[in-house]
Order: sequence, then structure tokens, then C-alpha cells
Amino acid sequence: MTQEMYGKGILKGLSVSLKRFVETYLDDLKWLGKRYGTPEGIAHRASKEARGIFTVQYPEEKIPVPEEFRFIPFLVYDEGPDGEKIMRCTSCGICSRVCPPQCIWIVRTTDPATGRPIPDPAEFYIDADICMNCGLCAEYCPFDAIKMDHDYELASFGRNLFNKERLAKPASYYEQIRPRNAARENAARAAKQASRAAARANAG
Amino acid sequence: MVASSPVSTQTVDLAARFPGIATPDTRPGYSGWIIPKEHLLEVARTLRDELGYDYLSHVTGVDYLPEGKMEVVYQVYKTTGGPGINFKVQVERRDPIEVPSIVSIYPGAEFQEREAWDLLGIRFTGHPDLRRILMWEGFEGHPLRKDWKEAYYEEEIKPYKSRWPEGRHVYAESKSPFADNVAYPAGFDPEKWVPTDPEQALYGALARYQVRDETGLETDHVIVNIGPQHPSTHGVFRAAVMLDGETIVSLKPVMGYLHRNHEKIGERNTYLMNMPYTDRLDYLSSMSNNFAYALTVEKLMNIKPPERAEYLRVMMAEFTRIANHLMAIGALTNDLGAYFTPMLYALEERELILDVFEAVSGSRMMCNYFRFGGVVRDLPEGTLEKIKDLAFERLPRKIDELDRFLSENEIVRSRGIGQGVLTAEDAIRYSATGPLLRASGVPYDIRRAEPYSIYDQFEFDVCVRQNGDIYDRLMIRFDEIRQSIRIIQQAVRRLPEGPIMAVKPAYTVRVPPGEAYARVEGPKGELGFYIISNGKPAPWRYHVRAPSFINLTAFGPMCTGQKVADMVAILGSIDIVLGEVDR
Repeated sequence: MTQEMYGKGILKGLSVSLKRFVETYLDDLKWLGKRYGTPEGIAHRASKEARGIFTVQYPEEKIPVPEEFRFIPFLVYDEGPDGEKIMRCTSCGICSRVCPPQCIWIVRTTDPATGRPIPDPAEFYIDADICMNCGLCAEYCPFDAIKMDHDYELASFGRNLFNKERLAKPASYYEQIRPRNAARENAARAAKQASRAAARANAG
Repeated sequence: MVASSPVSTQTVDLAARFPGIATPDTRPGYSGWIIPKEHLLEVARTLRDELGYDYLSHVTGVDYLPEGKMEVVYQVYKTTGGPGINFKVQVERRDPIEVPSIVSIYPGAEFQEREAWDLLGIRFTGHPDLRRILMWEGFEGHPLRKDWKEAYYEEEIKPYKSRWPEGRHVYAESKSPFADNVAYPAGFDPEKWVPTDPEQALYGALARYQVRDETGLETDHVIVNIGPQHPSTHGVFRAAVMLDGETIVSLKPVMGYLHRNHEKIGERNTYLMNMPYTDRLDYLSSMSNNFAYALTVEKLMNIKPPERAEYLRVMMAEFTRIANHLMAIGALTNDLGAYFTPMLYALEERELILDVFEAVSGSRMMCNYFRFGGVVRDLPEGTLEKIKDLAFERLPRKIDELDRFLSENEIVRSRGIGQGVLTAEDAIRYSATGPLLRASGVPYDIRRAEPYSIYDQFEFDVCVRQNGDIYDRLMIRFDEIRQSIRIIQQAVRRLPEGPIMAVKPAYTVRVPPGEAYARVEGPKGELGFYIISNGKPAPWRYHVRAPSFINLTAFGPMCTGQKVADMVAILGSIDIVLGEVDR
């Protein structure tokens, strides 16, 4: 085909690159050293005003993850008055049944005397190498016991089979990473307990 | 049962047109027609030539093991729009299972019939090149058959009993991979077995002719393998090319390097479990995959999501289209030699869209955001502002900048204009969909041709370009991004308040027996799911109509006569994702 533009199109494109190049330095001047390594600087680079260079220097800088971010599940425990761990998990098995790649393995505790199940997992494994981070376990857990984590830096040299000890994290940690979700769930649980107490009071 | 099943979309009475040949499919929840295999070609030709069903959407097989039947399902549409029609051929489930090939009428069936042969063992008589397509030559068995069991097979349907309540963890590799399901070919004798060269069939399928120049010198063609490890095949994809000098005489794509039998996994999974698996098909546009799958199951369950959920779905689907097209533009310009600058400019905006996905769904790429009857969660605080910033300010500005950056560039123009032309007729014949079809001058967009969700309430144009070359396929993606931004702007303005789920969220869903095919206009083309339910927790048949896989049917013909260097650009302009091609 005939080229009637004689490189004008290329020059036009290059001017876009040049503009971005210059903007990087203008933006740097505007922020005067605060553009890199500060939370505001990182937020700025992910905003609609961001101009020029866009890169975040991982791992020196990290983009904060949103509340709903999900990575490998963990088990929530409440801290008792003496600091003991009270697992919320009742080993009902819903998470292991809903898990698409079937990476959750639970051993239920049974009362040796009666042979009846006790609502506490004897063993709880998540094969983190198989987990696809879909979040269905957390979504359908009726006891708010299994939640998705925010810790995404899990690269390792070996296999990642997480047991109960590795998976257990305190409720305070959960409230810290997902404040809005935790507040909503706590309120719902409190309301449920209150209504149950009221029902009991009425019956008694 | 029939009353509660999805509304039949019959538009043509085939029984009246073919008395005594076509019989309506009367199984509860089913629709369409059953055609005896002797009359298949006749019916297909009439449908195409007289009734205007010129576009074959998908061909697939279904193994009805308990009934002892094998069924081949065809779905055809008119490129002028409107509902489609499906017809089926049933044969005895006894090898050899033979059905006439319809490639001579709908060439778009070529790869799909090969796939049905590969995975279900249905022989299509008269197929020009019936080889395995996803599995390798020499593979024993047909994996999608219901009596075929994979390595480390545990149970027919998840959840597996070994996980709870006595879930003592074992690594899969500590078990015997095939346990008791090793199958040898009939009459297999290891002493007498001579391995055959699997490549021979492939190279034999490449066209070849005598070359003799004017001086009488005879030269030969050269076979070149491009890929599977090649930077511009966008993954593990291979093209076997027969070359005459630099010119491509014939080309055969070779795929399946990333095959994991998604459909078999889908038939072991319960309905809900499949949702995160669909993310991994076309991993660049997972929201769109979720959309199509949710629509199909909702069609079977006969539920509709509430209005707010519909708006959220449309917004996410259109953002996915923008993100996908940005990636496509970047990758295509990479293939043209613009080493990474346009790619990075495009990826910046994609990053911001992924930020929205991450805030809403929890993951940037594997969104898993849709549920049957709605979506997982409402927009978290501050996300709507972010969406507004993107849709009203940043994206329009940045798309214009990218357009200015690329579209007048002389190199892009001279490598794109007039190269890899796909005519409108060929595009329809080869069942091409999406930007590939519309760049060839066929204004076919499912959002308009057969509106789903709430797309009939939005104002947007169906993008179309006339030349069908690489440049048009690049530019139509800019056009489509602009239309998507328009849709998102309208959705943001009109976003209603209200619930986001029509039903109570539940991890077990009851799906009435029947069949359903629902499709969306995905970023890469028509993405559809064909699901057969028998009332059990898992689908009996779960088929994905994968646009990038079927768009590849036109790849060989488009490359023929082009220079080998242009093959890379043509492939880039189709925009494939191997997660979806290989499934």
C-alpha cells in the first residue's frame, strides 16, 4: 500500500510517549520525594489523576489490598478470658463439601464415651497447593469460622499442607483485616443470641 | 415438569417441513428436533439455504450411558438475529459410532467435530481431517464418555466422602494413579506393539502441491513448526505450517497442551463448584464466563436475578470487555513489533479495572462473582466512586490517547491493512464470532441479536468494520471499548437500589431435569454453556462453547497465501486465550 503520511503517524505516537516521559518528572516535582514509598504516593498512582510512571516498586512498596481480597482460608478462634483459644469451627463439614477442588480435610472429634460427635475439629487440613482461593468455604460457613486471609506472600520451597495450628488465627486479626465484614457479622451474631435469650426468657 | 421448564424458543416447525423425518424432542425440559442420521445433511442444507440459519453455533455430543444412546447436538442461528434452533441426531451407543459430518455445509463444525470425536468417540463420516484435537494421537479411550475414569479417580460426583468426617489427608500421588481403571486397547499385545509417529497424520493433513518454476526446476515445500514455545502464540500453542518459500501454503493449528478436560471436571462438580472453574477458561475475562454459566443454570432453574444484580452484572461484564480488549490491543501490537510500550500503556488502564474487580469480588482475575440468582456481594464502600472515575473520566481520555498512539502509525497500518483478510461469507461459514466476525462486516452482536439480561435497556451501537483485515480487527476493539464505556455510564446513572440475590444463598441448588443453552457476547465472541441436568447435584453434560477455540477454525484459511511473518499478527488479531482453547 502507499504510505502518504511519511512518518507523521509515528511522530504522533512518539509525542504521546514523550508526553508521558515528561509527565513522570513533572509529577515527581509536584510530589517532591513523597511520590514513592508513602501510602499517599501509592494511592495516587492507582487513582484517576495518575500521570507518568505507574509502577509500584514491589516489594519495597505494596499496594494495600481491599477488604474483600481473598487468599488461602484461615480458621478464626475467639480468645477466652484466660487467653485460651476457642475455635469457632464446629467441624460440620460444609466447607469441605462446598470446596470445588476438595482441598479441605476434616476429622471430627467424637466423644469416646458415647461415640457422639463433639463440635470441635480433631484435625483440620487445607492443602494450600490445591486451594483455588475461590472463597466458597468462607461464604457458606454458618459459624463465621473460616475466613479468607489477606496474606498473599506464601511462596515456599516445599509443599504447603496447612494444619489446624497453622490455620488458626485470632478473631482480633480477622477484625483488623476485614473490619466492616467483622462488624456486620458480630452484630448479626449478637442479635441472634439476644433473640435466643429472649425466647428462653419467655419460655421460662 | 414441562410447564416449569424454560420457554421453548421454537421458531420453525421442522416437523411440518420434514414430515416423517423430524420429530420434536419431547423429553421433559428439552426442546428442539430429533433427526435420523440419514437425513441430517438434507435437513442441515435446508436450514442453511432455505430457512436462513446460516450460522452454526456449536456441535457437541452427549453420552446417554443409561439409555445406551449417543447424541449429537447442533445449534444454529440466523446472522440476522433472533432465537436459534437445535436439532439432534441419536445413535446406538455401540462402537463404531458413526454420524455424517456436516463440515461440507457448515465448515465451522470442523474443530468441534474433531473435539467430539476426540472426547466422545463419535466418528464423523466424511470429515476432511478427523484427528484427535485436544488429546494426543495414541491416547486410549474417549475421556468424556461416562464410563471413562481419569487418573486418581475418586468418585462420580463431589464432595468426596474421604474429606469429612474422617478426613485424614493423603497426597494424591501416594495413591496409585489409575488404581483399577487402566484400560488397554482391544487386542493390545505389548510384544507386537509398534509405536506410530503421531506427527505423520498431522503433516499428512497439510496441503501440498508440486512446485516447478519457469526454468523447470522442481522445489519442495518446507514444514515449519511455530510453537508450542513461541513468544507470540500467546501461550502454549503450535501451528504446523507448510511453506513455499516464505508463503504459507497450508496451516494446521495444534492445541491441547493446556488441556485438563474442563468438561469432565464440570460433570464431577456440583453446579456451584463450577463457578470458580469457569473463571479459568478465558482467564482474562472471568466475569463474562461467570455470566454465561450463571445464565445457563438460571435458565434451567427458571429464576431471574433482581434488577440491581442485573446492573452489577452488566457493569462487570462490560469492564471485562474493556480489560480484555486492552490486553488484545497490547498483545497484537506486541506481535507487530511494537515492543511492549503500547502493551504497558494498555495494561495500566487494565490494572485500574482489575482494582475494581478486586474490591468487588476479592480477586483481580479469578473473580467468581456471580451466583445463581444474583451476585456474591454488593459494591463495597467507595467502589462506585472508583467506577465513576474510570467510566466518566479516565478511560475515555486514555482510550483516545491509545488510539492516537497507535491507529495512524505507519507500521501498524502497513502490516495490518489488507493482511489476513476474512470475508463476511467466510466468517459466517467458519462460525467466527465476536470482533472477528464484526470486523468482517457482519453486524452480529448477541447483546442485540438475542438480548439477554437487561441489554435491551441500554443504548449502544453494534460496532462493525468492513475490510476484515488485521487493522480492522485492531480498530474494532477500540470501537467496542467506547461502546462498553457508554453502557457502563448508563448503568452507573441508573443503578437501582435493592437486593442482589433473588433466592436465599445456598450451596446446594436444585436444578430440574432438562437441557439449556445460554450464551453471552463475550469479549472474544459467543460464549455459551450447554448443560444437561438429570436432577442430580452435578450436571450430566456440561459443554462450553468456547469462542477462541471455534474462532481458530478460520485461522488456517486466513493464513493461506500470507507470509509466515504475518501469521503471528493474524493470530494476535483473533485474540485467543489458551485456557479457553484447550479447556
